[in-house]
Amino acid sequence: MKILVCISHVPDTTSKINFSEDNTKFDSNGVQFVINPYDEFALTRAMWFKEKQGASITVATVGSSNVEPTLRKALAIGADDAIRIDTEPTDGFLVAQQLSQVIKAEGFDLVLAGKESIDYNGGMVPGMMAELLGFNFVNACIGLEIENNKATVTREIDGGKEVLVCDLPLIAAGQKGMVEEKDLRIPNMRGIMMARKKPLKVIAPADTTETTSTAKFEKPLAKGACKLVDANNIDELIDLLHNEAKVI
Amino acid sequence: MSVLVFANNSDGKFKKTAFEIVSFGKQVAKQAETTLVVVAINANDVSSLSTYGADKILQIKDSKLDSFNAKAYADCIQQAANKESADIVVVDSTNDGLYLAPILAVKLEAGYASNVVDYPSSLQPLTVKRKAFSSKGFSFTEIHTKNKLLGLTKNSVGLTENPVDSVVEDFTPSLKDDDFKISSASIEKTTGTVTIADAEIVVSGGRGLKGPENWGMIEELAEVLGAATACSKPVSDLGWRPHSEHVGQTGKPVTSNLYIAIGISGAIQHLAGVNSSKVKVVINNDAEAPFFKAADYGIVGDAFEVVPELIAKLKEFKSTL
Ligand SMILES: Cc1cc2nc3c(=O)[nH]c(=O)nc-3n(C[C@H](O)[C@H](O)[C@H](O)COP(=O)(O)OP(=O)(O)OC[C@H]3O[C@@H](n4cnc5c(N)ncnc54)[C@H](O)[C@@H]3O)c2cc1C
Ligand SMILES: Nc1ncnc2c1ncn2[C@@H]1O[C@H](COP(=O)(O)O)[C@@H](O)[C@H]1O
Repeated sequence: MKILVCISHVPDTTSKINFSEDNTKFDSNGVQFVINPYDEFALTRAMWFKEKQGASITVATVGSSNVEPTLRKALAIGADDAIRIDTEPTDGFLVAQQLSQVIKAEGFDLVLAGKESIDYNGGMVPGMMAELLGFNFVNACIGLEIENNKATVTREIDGGKEVLVCDLPLIAAGQKGMVEEKDLRIPNMRGIMMARKKPLKVIAPADTTETTSTAKFEKPLAKGACKLVDANNIDELIDLLHNEAKVI
Repeated sequence: MSVLVFANNSDGKFKKTAFEIVSFGKQVAKQAETTLVVVAINANDVSSLSTYGADKILQIKDSKLDSFNAKAYADCIQQAANKESADIVVVDSTNDGLYLAPILAVKLEAGYASNVVDYPSSLQPLTVKRKAFSSKGFSFTEIHTKNKLLGLTKNSVGLTENPVDSVVEDFTPSLKDDDFKISSASIEKTTGTVTIADAEIVVSGGRGLKGPENWGMIEELAEVLGAATACSKPVSDLGWRPHSEHVGQTGKPVTSNLYIAIGISGAIQHLAGVNSSKVKVVINNDAEAPFFKAADYGIVGDAFEVVPELIAKLKEFKSTL
């Protein structure tokens, strides 16, 4: 089985978010970038298939050279090779088009991704790729088994879960549950050494269309002070929630 | 030209999300000086949509569509949009909505903006405000394609009544075998409890509650308020509560009216996911806990004393309503 894991390169979850150039650009000053947390679940699940059922793992990112450390980290976790498509990921559809070209050319059976990138939270790329390629697609995947080219996929639904069955090729966009948090892989020293020698191919972008653009950014309004209520005066809290906030 | 929204239902019945999306669609249609078309799939009774401004309702009835199928549903919506020459299409942000939207975007050749939190700030080019960076910021996205797809965040604009006499029409899209390549083997739903996605109020517990055996009071508080229960990430990682309750940047987003955080410190990743809740209350015995900076109301105190007292007082309050 040939697996592709799509890796999005995003600000660490502890990052304070700031904007520059008159609020038109994300300010990456002092920001630490990491593998998108959802993609870590996908990559760890891919490792499970590689070790238990035999599979090769390629990781791919659409981005300029600054994303390479993130791809090297994925190689250190255990992917076999990496592809960087050399263009700025300015729009979800653009990224989906770029990755689809690679998937078509390299013939992957299984494409694993995250359900969203924690930067722009688009939730677009995996489903768009599936529709562009005619692959099956399952979103919010919390369980995946593959036996003889047949996939059994569990997805989260509002208030529960649903088990789906389909053939490969499949694109699954995952989250926690695809593997457990405690089973997430982190690179070890040997992995980091080996990753330096693994192939990282840079390919030129295909012609694509940009369907959306970001005009500007805004930060949430600063919060007013928290109203403190004495622990012995719960009635006051109920009164505030009922009469002032009007939420109960 | 028209605006088209997909009003999803659950077992044939519309929920608040459906009325919100119709309210939103009607407002956008007014802005664009056109009419609103609503697509409903296997709904029992569409008359309730008229209250919120559904000028025209396309009813699709097909037993093949009884259980949700993202690709088939996207196909239905695309064919409806095509028939109505709709150039702005709106879907919701439930798990089903998030699943079908990217498929639909490609079918419609539409630029897609997800996590929309407000009415368009401009129609030329169509510009919408969206949550980004897990609610640590917002972006204003312009859509440049002829067709446009918006994903509306729950509880962002609320309901607006706009009663109209709806034209109700049956619509039979032509479905293909290709739409049904994925089949549903089983569905498991917890019944009787409010889900985080639907809830107006969410009661959430953190590591400060010490162990799963102490969740009785959280559940009771939720029951008194008709609320959903949630938890911080470590609580679900420790197996005290199911993963489906994990909220925050890497868990479920919370967009309820009221969020009550009990024994939760307010780490940046936790706040990122719950900040969009309109009103936040924190109960924590450490006055320095960062959550107090993000909350509207707070009680510095021991949860094991404050919560039972709050339950008792709320019961009293509810009985006087
Ligand atoms: C990549 C990444 C992603 C993450 N994503 C998320 C996420 O999505 N959601 C999330 O929640 N976290 C997330 N985290 C974890 C986050 O950083 C915090 O560790 C976590 O939110 C802390 O959970 P907590 O507040 O329950 O526990 P703690 O930080 O341990 O806080 C417990 C609180 O309880 C209070 N307390 C103790 N006893 C009592 C008492 N008797 N009465 C009242 N209060 C009491 C304490 O004062 C303290 O403030 C993420 C972390 C990383 C690295
Ligand atoms: N620039 C990118 N390069 C590679 N994969 C990406 C990129 N952006 C998004 N993805 C993948 O698509 C998933 C959903 O991302 P998004 O649609 O941006 O929310 C991510 O979790 C990744 O698996």
